[in-house]
Amino acid sequence: MADWEVVIGLEVHAELLTKSKVFCGCSTEFGADPNSQVCPICMGLPGTLPLLNKRAVELAVKAGLALQCRVNQFSVFARKQYFYPDLVKAYQISQDDLPLCSDGHVELLVDDTVRRIGINRVHLEEEAGKSLHAGEDIMNAAYSLLDYNRAGIGLIEIVTEPDIRSPEEARLFLEKLRLLLQYAEVSDCKMEEGSLRCDANISLRRKGSSAFGVKCEIKNLNSFRAVQRALEFEVERQKALLEAGEAVVPETRHWDESQGMTFSMRSKVEAADYRYFPDPNLYPLEVAPSWVEAIREELPELPDAKRDRFMEQYGLSLYAAEVLTSSRDLADYFEECMEDIQDPKLVSNWVMGEVQRWLKAHGLEAADSPVKPKDLAGLLRLVQENAVSNLVAKDVLEEMFATGKSAHTIVEEKGLRQISDDESLEAMIAEVLEANPGPVEDVKAGKSKAIGFLVGQVMKASKGKANPQRVNELIRQKLQV
Amino acid sequence: MQLNEMTIHQLRELLRAGEVSSWEILEAVFAKIDAVEGEVGAYLTLCRDEAFAQAQRADEMLAAGETSPLCGIPIAVKDNFSTAGVRTTCASRLLENYIPPFDAAAVAKLKKNGAVLVGKTNLDEFGLGSSTENSQYQCTRNPWDLSRVPGGSSGGSAAAVAAGEAAAALGTDTGGSIRQPAAFCGIVGLKPTYGLVSRYGVVAAADSMDHIGPMTRDVRDAALMLQAIAGWDPKDPTSARGDVPDYEASLTENIKGLVVGLPRELMGNGLDSEVKEAVFGAANLLESLGARVEEISLPHAEYAMATFYVIVSAEISSNLARFDGVRYGYRAAEAEDTVSMFIKTREALGQEAKRRILMGTYFLQAGNYETYYLKALKVRTLIKEDFEKAFQRCNVIISPTTPTAAFAFGHKTRTPVTMYQSDIYTCTANLAGIPALTVPCGYNQAGLPIGLQIMGKPFDEETVLRVGHAYEQHAGLPRRQPQTEVKTNG
Repeated sequence: MADWEVVIGLEVHAELLTKSKVFCGCSTEFGADPNSQVCPICMGLPGTLPLLNKRAVELAVKAGLALQCRVNQFSVFARKQYFYPDLVKAYQISQDDLPLCSDGHVELLVDDTVRRIGINRVHLEEEAGKSLHAGEDIMNAAYSLLDYNRAGIGLIEIVTEPDIRSPEEARLFLEKLRLLLQYAEVSDCKMEEGSLRCDANISLRRKGSSAFGVKCEIKNLNSFRAVQRALEFEVERQKALLEAGEAVVPETRHWDESQGMTFSMRSKVEAADYRYFPDPNLYPLEVAPSWVEAIREELPELPDAKRDRFMEQYGLSLYAAEVLTSSRDLADYFEECMEDIQDPKLVSNWVMGEVQRWLKAHGLEAADSPVKPKDLAGLLRLVQENAVSNLVAKDVLEEMFATGKSAHTIVEEKGLRQISDDESLEAMIAEVLEANPGPVEDVKAGKSKAIGFLVGQVMKASKGKANPQRVNELIRQKLQV
Repeated sequence: MQLNEMTIHQLRELLRAGEVSSWEILEAVFAKIDAVEGEVGAYLTLCRDEAFAQAQRADEMLAAGETSPLCGIPIAVKDNFSTAGVRTTCASRLLENYIPPFDAAAVAKLKKNGAVLVGKTNLDEFGLGSSTENSQYQCTRNPWDLSRVPGGSSGGSAAAVAAGEAAAALGTDTGGSIRQPAAFCGIVGLKPTYGLVSRYGVVAAADSMDHIGPMTRDVRDAALMLQAIAGWDPKDPTSARGDVPDYEASLTENIKGLVVGLPRELMGNGLDSEVKEAVFGAANLLESLGARVEEISLPHAEYAMATFYVIVSAEISSNLARFDGVRYGYRAAEAEDTVSMFIKTREALGQEAKRRILMGTYFLQAGNYETYYLKALKVRTLIKEDFEKAFQRCNVIISPTTPTAAFAFGHKTRTPVTMYQSDIYTCTANLAGIPALTVPCGYNQAGLPIGLQIMGKPFDEETVLRVGHAYEQHAGLPRRQPQTEVKTNG
């Protein structure tokens, strides 16, 4: 790759988290029976007219603000025209040359350096319906079924500048974008439900060149991993062509996940002309500066600011702060727990470690955790008080996730309270020392490592309940080392 | 005079006095329909059973003290208004069996007032035409001379009112489609200000030019109909907020001191001499009533036709694209795949619809957009400004409604541009969005009616109606009935 520079730009579609559709009152709930959430307007029946959902505008503006965009006081809805069975009016109400938001950026940490990816625009538009093809694939389908529940759901399209320089950077950008949109509560960004979708444009050029190479558009990217893999494939494909002295054909290519390859779909030379023109039913959208400011007030602390604050306020490392702010839920979880237990290191280690582990195992988000921050605080208080060992605490947390019981209840019911009184510990230690003369000799001979083994044996004998620190101290006293 | 020939306000008095019932009025209307409809062909769908049920309900409402002047009045509705449970074809094969699940806002308002829906009237397919010859179902004849067209696209509505097949009708007007057929059929037609009447539920031809309005026997009836359908509607994003005045109260006969503009640009271009004479006659009458008639200029009016057809075609090409056979209406059989289904289905569109779609598609293409569409939008602004300037001096502007009286069938179908020129005086008001009324102002030698157009400032329907009413009251035109009367009854 020494000679080539990769140039990538992304087009991302995110469904807005509004309760009703963008031009009618139908519900946007995912997973309802086909065609149960439709009305004459979103079915495009003749004579119906679009009624703009104010909340959709607010969320689109919010997205623009989270992406550091300028919000344009006047923007225009335009018709993007093409024939497709899932497009009820044969045009999509979208925005063309005058979008709602322009000129923003997103900052990424790539290999410890900050990379700034420009955002060309964020505009508001409507979703199409969904086609379901009978049989294996669209070309050989005997018939197609149409579900218009999705038709008319509010959507934002986010277009980046061609600032992305590697497939990995493309994935990192998407992760950051999702984080920002989730923080701002603009979209739930679920790729598997189709509420976040991404197309990628990629070209190669000689390093040092300022002119762009011929680009291809990659579609059917259904996960962040797919974005990175498809772009990696495409880098190699284009490089091979260019190095063989052949030309890259400007075209739209389809990513095949199972084969790990992209395939040509259609040439860009015969690209569709969407015949955009301003929708005569919708007057130019005016977003007054005072409205923008009111929406800005709604915007929560964004991840970068939160990360910096966590480092400052709690003395966390960059790594810990990044992980904890990687979801708004997790950050909130951490901070709520901190209200009860003022020990950032302890809390951050547990939240990043065990809590995340069990959340993942149960397929839950932090907000839906059966173990609430105050429950975790209850457990960590027992750890702080040496009432349970770290090891036992981990088991207790697992139990808390499984049963929803409090740490205190589990510890009492199972008699897990840590043994810290010297009398009980000394009895156990005496038994272990007697049973392990070898290691005892090793310790006495100065091999301090063997102490660990002896402590472990005591822990085992106590079923993990012994206070390991005190056991360690008592063994050292006993053996006079 | 027969009940089916009376005005709304005459019927209102009879109904209030209990002298007739809505049922009896409707019987008279259907008797007339049964007698002449075979020749006139105004209706695509008759709602006989529903209408009598509505008449019965209206009689109950009247007995209970309902005061709406439309209660119990039989009204015809152009077949591009959605009507719940009643097929709405737009005179197109593509919507042959389309039954909307909802009423257009204007229809819902009429129903709420107790009006009786007689049926759905013929039109040029999707409202594209000026003679109703572009209907894919039937021919509508001008009741004044059955060898002539009724005008269009609201030809069915105009013919129904003229022939006594309804007391009044709703029409739509994108470039003159209420006023031109009203003038051809010797009735009153009003295109209100853009935004005054909700467009919700009316199948769009060109959204930025489509208007809904009444077609009636006199100006007072137009005021009564407008009263019922005007007003802000949250379902129409282009609907205007603001109070609706009492239009009937504006019908004083006093027009003293009003300035009436007569634009020289709207008096040329193939204007028939008899029409010209009638309009000058009307201008003289207005002067004799105390108005001051002044010749004015609308310098950009000569570009109105071209501007109008670029914008209208662009919007039509977009609006008619949804009729693809997927969800409702006609679907061509035996398509091999989706694209061929689209193509075969849309082959069922009529010639004029196809012509406008092709033109509009061309105007919006990359590379043509700036040259045609964007330029047309700019000229549209200039035309609006011409009117604004003129209305600084004038209270109303008058002109002929059409260059000629009703023409014969087939006369203009071969040369679309001559057909388009039927709208030459009317389409400027659609570009500017201003109110425009047509009232009968005489008959030519052949006995065909001639229309006088009265245009006003935006949302100043009151002055437009007042001038129209004053003219009508003093013109002393004989209240002639169309020829069909003689033919069928005599």
